Amino acid sequence: MSVLVFVEGDELSLQALTLARTLGEVKAVTLDGPYAPAAWAAAIVEASRGMDAIVAAGSDHGNELLAHVAARLDQPFAANVTAVDGDVVTRVRWGGSLIEQARLHGSPKILTVAPHTQPAAEAVPVERLVVPADADASVRVLETVSESGGGVSLRDAKVVVSGGRGVGSAEGFAIIEELAGLLGGAVGCSRVVTSAGWRPHADQVGQTGTKISADLYVACGISGATQHIAGAKGAKKILAINDDAEAPIFASADYAVVGDLHEIVPAISAELRRVRGQ
Amino acid sequence: MRILVCVKRVPMTGGKMVLTADEQAIETKHLGFTISPHEECGVEEAVRLVEAHGGETVVLTLGPAEAEEQLRDCMATGADRGILLKTDGADWDAQSTASAIVDAVRTLQEDAAPFDLILFGNESADTGNYQVGIRVAHALGLPVVNGLKKIELQDGSVRCERDAGGARDVYVVPTPAVLSVLEGLNLPRYPSVPGRLRAKGKPLAVVEPARPAQKLEKLRLVVPPGQGKQAEILGRGPEAAAKVVELMQSLGVA
Repeated sequence: MSVLVFVEGDELSLQALTLARTLGEVKAVTLDGPYAPAAWAAAIVEASRGMDAIVAAGSDHGNELLAHVAARLDQPFAANVTAVDGDVVTRVRWGGSLIEQARLHGSPKILTVAPHTQPAAEAVPVERLVVPADADASVRVLETVSESGGGVSLRDAKVVVSGGRGVGSAEGFAIIEELAGLLGGAVGCSRVVTSAGWRPHADQVGQTGTKISADLYVACGISGATQHIAGAKGAKKILAINDDAEAPIFASADYAVVGDLHEIVPAISAELRRVRGQ
Repeated sequence: MRILVCVKRVPMTGGKMVLTADEQAIETKHLGFTISPHEECGVEEAVRLVEAHGGETVVLTLGPAEAEEQLRDCMATGADRGILLKTDGADWDAQSTASAIVDAVRTLQEDAAPFDLILFGNESADTGNYQVGIRVAHALGLPVVNGLKKIELQDGSVRCERDAGGARDVYVVPTPAVLSVLEGLNLPRYPSVPGRLRAKGKPLAVVEPARPAQKLEKLRLVVPPGQGKQAEILGRGPEAAAKVVELMQSLGVA
């Protein structure tokens, strides 16, 4: 089987290569210049003539480009696949909270690879494609503007201290901010909190927010809905602080403290200061 | 301004995924339903644009008869009317969903002005196929931009911003256009009681499209392993602080 793989210079593309290689002989391609999804997809379609499968990372760009490719070819497209067995793909639903097995009909097989489900492959030679002259590049990135906002990025922070409904108010986040500050970490929150307007959406950890990769995630007053866990499960360890010993978060956490976060969180900050001799 | 927003009825899954015995669906006996979070922002954006520029927001869904509940919810927060592409409750793959929406849009535009914007959530909360909006745009010959966190209407075009790793990519596309949006685009309003009452009287059209053969054909669902971990209890109340700090030190984060 011949497999066309679209790669960008990122880790997720190397992970996609790993799965692609289990399917057959791989040809890796890329594009450069301003990102133009429909036009880039036209180039990928050209390059895919005679190929049996088209693969990319299940990234923002990868999912978008292969959706365009599939639309152009009028073929099905399976996003965020973790394994392939003949015509049957295993893919993630609900941001990873549920797995689906599905038969992917059609040819070529078009699929993206779910992030962080494969080891990264070693880099391979990559052919640079050219956008066909007749492709419509009118939808393209015209400029990139920097975002204001300093502090530690939620996605890359080593520690994330996060608050949920149990925090009770926007003002209640002062103790969360204090602990995050002491640890040099970022403040996160659940969807309930952003929907209530207590914190900006940029702070949301979850399926529709940021997916974190911290060494430690401290979830305070968060019940642990699947939508939230989908964003938190990339953390190496999860410590949950909750006054409800039956909260679902404890089934996703490695460590638990049961009790009122309004007492426990300041006590942790005080203890940190004490051991540091502050 | 005429705006179509496409939404999907999904269960509010809570803390745990439980499947039906045939492994074909989530057990929803004890669950409420909503629409995908990204789509809530799509509805809100459409309603705000129509409030500012005049016009009409139409909300469309493909789903079972019960999905009327989600259309009425959208109408309670300001959408003017609803279209239900009624199914028997079976899943439709992304290709057949897009195709049914394209047919509906063509019909809706036969005797009315074309939509200036067709809004989708970037991906649905449940199946996460990342493609319906793009397929609809291709079939209708419209430009499409994905992943949007900001939309500004200009004269005959729309300026869009999308997250790009700590920065924002900017696109400007002519209308009519298809836009796929993300949560965070705005903060959706809650329905008011008068809004809910008004929603009951708003027009809702029902169409029953035929379900074609599925090309991404669901075979079974599986709950991934890892749910149901047993957390190690460090303690109860503020007295646990010392143990927590010890843990943080052992993990190298304190």
